[in-house]
Amino acid sequence: MVAAGPPDGSGLRDSLRVGSGTALLRGVVTTYLSLIVLLPLAAVVWRSAEGGRAAFWHEATAPQALAALKLTFLLSLGVTAINLVAGTLIAWVLVRDEFPGKRVVDALIDLPFALPTIVAGAVLLALYGQHSPVGLNLAYTRAGVLLALAFETLPFVVRAVQPVLLTMEPDMEEAARCLGAGPLVTFRRIVLPTIAPAMLAGAALGFARAVGEFGSVVLISGNLPYKTEMAAVHVFTLVESDDPAGAAAVSVVLLALSLVVLAAISLLQRKGTRHAD
Amino acid sequence: MIRVKLGAVLLLAVALVAAGCGSTSSGGGGGTAKLTLVAYSTPREAYQALIPAFQATTAGKGVTFSQSYGASGDQSRAVLAGLPADVAEFSLAPDMTKLVDANLVAADWNAGPAKGMVTDSVVVLMVRKGNPKGIHTWNDLVKPGVQVITPNPFSSGGARWNVMAAYGAQIKQGKTPAQATDYLLQLFKNVPVQDKSAREATQTFVGGKGDVEIAYENEAIAARQAGQPVDYVVPDQTILIENPIAVTTKSKHQTQAKAFVDFLESAAGQQIFAKKGYRPVDPAAARAAGFPTPPGLFTIADLGGWKDVAKQFFDKDSGVMAGIEKQVGVSLGS
Repeated sequence: MVAAGPPDGSGLRDSLRVGSGTALLRGVVTTYLSLIVLLPLAAVVWRSAEGGRAAFWHEATAPQALAALKLTFLLSLGVTAINLVAGTLIAWVLVRDEFPGKRVVDALIDLPFALPTIVAGAVLLALYGQHSPVGLNLAYTRAGVLLALAFETLPFVVRAVQPVLLTMEPDMEEAARCLGAGPLVTFRRIVLPTIAPAMLAGAALGFARAVGEFGSVVLISGNLPYKTEMAAVHVFTLVESDDPAGAAAVSVVLLALSLVVLAAISLLQRKGTRHAD
Repeated sequence: MIRVKLGAVLLLAVALVAAGCGSTSSGGGGGTAKLTLVAYSTPREAYQALIPAFQATTAGKGVTFSQSYGASGDQSRAVLAGLPADVAEFSLAPDMTKLVDANLVAADWNAGPAKGMVTDSVVVLMVRKGNPKGIHTWNDLVKPGVQVITPNPFSSGGARWNVMAAYGAQIKQGKTPAQATDYLLQLFKNVPVQDKSAREATQTFVGGKGDVEIAYENEAIAARQAGQPVDYVVPDQTILIENPIAVTTKSKHQTQAKAFVDFLESAAGQQIFAKKGYRPVDPAAARAAGFPTPPGLFTIADLGGWKDVAKQFFDKDSGVMAGIEKQVGVSLGS
């Protein structure tokens, strides 16, 4: 996932290439991936197609589903953009700056992962809701949902960019500066091309996470159809209304659209890598 | 060669899964019966008093319990999907009908004198202590500036009682169905948040949001018993909530399970329910327990029964509530 220098595993790879070890390994990996990822995803697609194409289309394009899907993608793209900027900045500060308590801040970055998402939602609602101690009432608004997504997806870009920055030698930047480049030009021409693939990799993971996020947004969104209802929450509502086919259909659309966005990011990433070479 | 190995690994995996499933079945062969109670979330506290009381009777001697509580619809789906259950209690009849359709509950489950219901309640208006906004009737909820808390009726089966109470109260006051539908639209314009369950809605209200929560009487009583600063108003017109219970056909302890349900429906059982805020199913017992009967009380049967109501109001494409959510949401969202 992250281009953090070549892994020193060539010896291991050589030993696996000979003999039947590779076949066994491949078999285990295939089985594992099938049981954990492919079968469940296939089951979702299968379920959504049970009623035929017309039924699928009807479910996937129901007005409430469309509203939820649109909101989910816009907010996920929005939070991805925020993460690209904020995550890179945080990674930069954590790598290039020295300040007291840096290690603590560094450790804090991953905490959103450890917190159960429903707890995150409850805490955000208490902090930025009706009786906000900081005077910011975002409860049951789209801004509140965006905030919850930003909280949940913060670590991805930071953790992707950090190791690349760490392995980056400062010589190139110094050379650029000696040749008269300002800090902005240095960043744009020297630093950015190097870290761009990592930024995009982190952004892609964050986007995928945001698209499917449920726990942290279900409370702060207030579950208002057409206004703040996210796709995952809408899917939950469909399940609760005894409409598993509809839930599967909306999920499949969610998966398909995510796939398109992830493929686009991956394409950009490859372009960026080539550019850096 | 790979395919052979893959097959072997798959077989192994299947065998492991099967072994895992086998080991989870409870070993109840030790003479005493262990009943699994699967219920919706609110009566949990009542059962903490009811189960020991049952175990103190001769029929309940030596019977132990494993209990599962959750959202009514989720619990019904879980039993449908194979969750072992001896006794099932839900917040509304359609969750039981699903099990009847799957032959998990006998078709004559509602043939008894209580029609399969174990507790009753009514929909009430829970307000802040002292009722500062002066809320007494359904019409007070659609006044400008009044914030009403009620869960999303599509994600919370229990919230459907609230919608039908509001609608039926209009009909009971002589309004036409069109006028009653318009009332629902005005009502939901005053709803700032649609929590996904009744529990969450109560937490939202107790947490300080809103002026009035459409709630069940037993929930309002429980909130007051827990020391929350709330009062409640029983509107003149409201719906009778009926909670169904049944022994499943899959139960291996039919005698004990039936004895437990009989105990719950006995005078002693109903009295414990009443202490926790539920109305006894027998109207005379309910009055004796201090629950007033509102003059305009009606039932879901008066509105056509759950089957018709589910289609007419809660079909996600053509239902009355789907249209109202759209009208309210689109105007809010843009």
